[in-house]
Amino acid sequence: MFNRQAFRAPPAVKTLVDKIVPLARRVAEARQRPVQVMEVCGGHTHAIFHSGIDQLIGPDVEWVHGPGCPVCVLPAQAVDEAIALAQQPGAILATFGDVLRVPGRHGTLAQASAQGANVQVVYSPMDALTLAQQQPDKRVVFFAIGFDTTMPGIAFTIQAARQQGLTNIQFLCYHIRLIPTLIRLLEQDSVCIDGFIGPGHVSIVLGADAYQPIARRFGRPLVISGFEPVDLLNALLMLLQQLDEGRCEIENAYARVVNNAGNLAAKAAMAAVFDSTVCHWRGVGEVPESVNGLTPDYRAFDARSSLPRLHQGTDQEPAYCAEVLTGNRKPHQCPHFGHACQPETPMGPLMVSSEGACAAYHKYNVGKCKEPCHEG
Amino acid sequence: MRDEQLITLAHGAGGKASSALIQSVFVSAFGPHQDKSLQDAAVIDVQQHFGAGSRIAMTTDSYVVSPLFFPGGDIGTLAVCGTVNDLAVCGARPLCLSAAFILEEGLPIRELQRVVASMADTARRANVSIVTGDTKVVAKGQVDKVFITTTGLGVVPPGVQVRSDQAEAGDAVLVNGPIGDHGAAIMLARGDLGLSADVRSDCAALNPMIGDILSAVPACRVMRDATRGGVGAVLSEIAQASNVAIALDENALPVRLETQGICELLGLDPLFFANEGLVVVLVPQAQAEAVLSVMKNHPEGQSARQIGQVVEQGQPLLYINTSFGTKRMIELPYGIQLPRIC
Repeated sequence: MFNRQAFRAPPAVKTLVDKIVPLARRVAEARQRPVQVMEVCGGHTHAIFHSGIDQLIGPDVEWVHGPGCPVCVLPAQAVDEAIALAQQPGAILATFGDVLRVPGRHGTLAQASAQGANVQVVYSPMDALTLAQQQPDKRVVFFAIGFDTTMPGIAFTIQAARQQGLTNIQFLCYHIRLIPTLIRLLEQDSVCIDGFIGPGHVSIVLGADAYQPIARRFGRPLVISGFEPVDLLNALLMLLQQLDEGRCEIENAYARVVNNAGNLAAKAAMAAVFDSTVCHWRGVGEVPESVNGLTPDYRAFDARSSLPRLHQGTDQEPAYCAEVLTGNRKPHQCPHFGHACQPETPMGPLMVSSEGACAAYHKYNVGKCKEPCHEG
Repeated sequence: MRDEQLITLAHGAGGKASSALIQSVFVSAFGPHQDKSLQDAAVIDVQQHFGAGSRIAMTTDSYVVSPLFFPGGDIGTLAVCGTVNDLAVCGARPLCLSAAFILEEGLPIRELQRVVASMADTARRANVSIVTGDTKVVAKGQVDKVFITTTGLGVVPPGVQVRSDQAEAGDAVLVNGPIGDHGAAIMLARGDLGLSADVRSDCAALNPMIGDILSAVPACRVMRDATRGGVGAVLSEIAQASNVAIALDENALPVRLETQGICELLGLDPLFFANEGLVVVLVPQAQAEAVLSVMKNHPEGQSARQIGQVVEQGQPLLYINTSFGTKRMIELPYGIQLPRIC
C-alpha cells in the first residue's frame, strides 16, 4: 500500500534538497541566470507552495507556472453558454464546483444560481447521470471541462447514458488537451523555459511516451512527477541532472502510477466520443485538437444542439494574464495583483480558480522580488 | 407508517392543534419549570446569579443543517451546544435558552420529537434550561424540514475578561481536540461524495470544561468557539483584532487521518472546516500546561494540545511552520471552499 508519510518525511526531503541546491547553483551559473522550470499542473503549483519547496531550493530555480489548470483557461464564452443553458426552463446545469466563480461576460454561474438558475455542483460526471435518472422531467446538462484527466470519466459517462437510453442528459464540452497546449506554448518566440515538471494525473491517461515531441521537436527535457514533496523534489533533481549533463529526455518519476503507453481503454473511449477542433482558450490562444463537440454516434448528447444563439464577443481579459500563463511574468509582477485583482474580485481566471497561479501566490503570500526572464 | 403524524399548517395556527403540539412535544421535553403556566415570556430570578461586578452575556444563533441527523449529533444538539458554547467562550456561565422553531409542513412529528429530545438531553447535560420558545409552520418547500433559532443568556462572573483583542506575543495557542471533524462528518452525511469513513461530529457543550479552565487559570486572554470557518478563521480574526503574528506548528495540528484523507481528496483545508465542540484558547505560555491538564480532565479535552504560539506584536499574520522548516501563510478563503476538479 502507498505510504504517504514516506513521501513527506523531512529526512528524505532534506537529503534531496542537499543534492538539488548545489546542482541548481551549477546549472544556473552555467546559464548566468536562474534555471527556468515550468510546472505545468496547477496541483503542482499548490504543492510547491504548500510545502515551501520554493523556499527550500532558493533563487537558483525560478518556477514558471504553467497553463495546467482547466478552469483558468476556460473562455468566457463557455461560461456564458453554461449560464444560458442553466437558465432554460426545466434545466439542471451540473458542474464541477470550482467553475462556479469563473467570470463570463455577463457574470458567473454562482450569480446565475442566485438569480434562480438551477445549478448543481457534482463531484463526478456520473453524479449528473444519476440526476438525470432521478428526475426524468428535467433536462440535465453537464458542463464537461478539464484536460485529458477528466475526459475519460466523462467519455464513459456519455457512453453509459447512451447504453441506458437516457434522453434527458446532454454535455457542454470544453476540453483542452495537454500536449497540443504545450506545443502551442513552445511555438511562441517569447517562451523562456529550460525544462518541465510534467503533470501527474494527466500522464496516467496519456502515458510518458506522449511527451516525446517536447524533447525531440523543442529540445526541452521533461520529468513526470507525483504530488508529494519527495515526488516533486525527486523530479526536480532528475530534471537538473539532465540540464547539467546536457541530456534532453522524457523521464518518469511517477512510475508507481504512470506507464509509458497510458490508459488504453480511456484513450479508446475518448476517441469514440469526442470530436476534435480548434478552440480559443483564455491566455493560451488557439489550441488544436480541443474538444467542443461529440462524434456523430453521440451527437444527441451534445448540449450545443439546445444552445440559444449567443453573441460571439471577444474575451475582456487583462493583457497580463496571458503573460503569466506563458511564464513571461510572475503573478506578483502584474500591476493589478493584490490591488484591483483579488480572490474576492478576480479580474482574470488565474485568480478565480483555486488552482490558478495568481490565487496560489495570493493564498501563500508569495511576493519575493524576482526579475522576469528577458531571454527570447 | 400509514398513520404517521405529520406537521400541518394547523400546528402553526395558534388553535388547539398548536397547543397540543406545544404540550406534547416541547413542554414535555423541556419542562418542568417552576412556572407551569405558559406565559408570553419567561421570568428569571436573577438575584441568585448576580454578585457585584457580574455582567449579562447574550447570544443568538440559527441552525439550518442538512441532513438533520448525522454521526455524532443532530440539529437539536447543535442548537443547544452552539449557543451554550458561544456564551461559555465569552467567560459566561450559561443560564437559560430560548428556542424558536420554523417547521416545514409535512415534517413527521416523530422526527421533531427526536430533535427536541436531543435538545432536552443536551441542555440537561450542559446544565441550562430551555425556558421559552416559539413555533411557526410554513408551507412545504419554504424551509428545509426544521430551522431552529436559540438565544442564550449567561452571567459573566466578576473579574473574568476574555476577548479577541487581548492576544500578546508569547501566548500559547491551545485546542481541546482534533480539528475539522464536524465539517467532514456533515460533508459525508450528505452522501453526495460517495465516500464513507468513520468520522463523527465533535458536537459537544463545552461550558463545564471552559468553566473549570477559567476557575483554574483566570489569566486566559482569548477564547473562541471555532465553528463555521474553523480554527483558521478564528485565529485569523484573533491575529487581526490583537494585531499579532500567530505561528502554528504543522506537526502539532491534531487532524484525524479520516478527516485529513477527505480534505486531501477534495483539495480542502481542515483548518477551515467547521467544528462544534472545539475551543481555541490563548493563554500566557507559562500557564499553558495548567490549561491543558484541565482540558484533559474532561471527555471533550482528551486530545488537547498546543498548536502554536503568538510570535510577535505589531502585524496581523497567520502562518504554519512546516515539517521541512519552511513557512506557509494562511489566508482566509473568500467564501465556501470549493472542491477542485482534478
